[in-house]
Amino acid sequence: MSAALEYLRTSPLTWIVVTLLTYRAGVWLRDRTGGHPLAQPVFIAAGLVMALLAAVDLDYETYMEGGLLIHVLLGPATVALAVPLHRQAHHLKEMLVPLLVALPVGTLVSIGSAVLTVRALGGDRALELTVAPKSATTPVAIGIAEQIGGVPALVAVFTMLAGLLGAVVGPGLLDRLRIRDHRVRGLALGAVSHGVGTSRALHDHPTEGAFAGLSMGLTALLTSLLVPVVIALL
Amino acid sequence: MINGALWVLGCQLVGEVVVRWLGLPVPGPVLGMVLLFGVLSVRRPGPQSGTLRVADGLLRHLQLLFVPVTVGIMVHAGTIRQEWLPVTGGLVLSWTAGLATVAGLATLLVRRRGTSGETAPGDAS
Repeated sequence: MSAALEYLRTSPLTWIVVTLLTYRAGVWLRDRTGGHPLAQPVFIAAGLVMALLAAVDLDYETYMEGGLLIHVLLGPATVALAVPLHRQAHHLKEMLVPLLVALPVGTLVSIGSAVLTVRALGGDRALELTVAPKSATTPVAIGIAEQIGGVPALVAVFTMLAGLLGAVVGPGLLDRLRIRDHRVRGLALGAVSHGVGTSRALHDHPTEGAFAGLSMGLTALLTSLLVPVVIALL
Repeated sequence: MINGALWVLGCQLVGEVVVRWLGLPVPGPVLGMVLLFGVLSVRRPGPQSGTLRVADGLLRHLQLLFVPVTVGIMVHAGTIRQEWLPVTGGLVLSWTAGLATVAGLATLLVRRRGTSGETAPGDAS
């Protein structure tokens, strides 16, 4: 009996099933609440998994032996963002100028304001360098932090928090700013909340999702180019 | 479906290899996305194409794929608690500033060009 229980506690298979189940619960809750902004499946699932891991006293590394199998699909899913973009290709030409101007300026503002706010609130240099690349998608942000002397393990946390902000309060804030154009909403969400914001945008509207995916890709590129410049200046 | 998976994974593989080969500061999958966009623009597949179905399947549950990374937040809960003020302030302020900048500038530029976008219903959630 105890061998069976120990298998259940530590097996990667258990944690794949748990991740799928808690995500399923998150989707159910989102639909049940009529798409309440706080009911983001990723948010609910991660919270439930963390609670379960604490309850059975299991560490993150053991959880990730199963979680990794789900995590590796992020790469192909990023490539797959070409498909919604392809469906919106007719919008691309008219959006070229907004894309080429708004995204670089937005990226500069994201990086610069992150560094300056952390400094003003008493964070040290390492923390400034760790928050600076948070708008880029997680793997890119980690790479940048390694280059400039941030704390790579913490970068993943900050990018996820930036993503969750986009999924939870992003669309509501855009409503309040009276931004109704789905192309613009997508650009803004992808620029500050990468894949997590993109998944919310895809759920809300196909055009919004397509532009969020495009914006996420370009922001990743711009962030890796601009972070070294900004931190040299500030 | 196999052909669809091959197109998607093939583009990622090429992206990953090219990024390392040329030392580009972009992640492989992002370059893969650009490649697949090029492939789709040239081949113009019909709505029943395997590539489109594989991609739609992956994207329908994109949030699921972020669950394992998000659970990783628990490892750093202590550090975040200690430095909660600069962390929260830096994240929320710069996230808001970035969002407002991109949304505001893009709106201005779209209007200047006089193109009309599809508009969201007022009660968009």
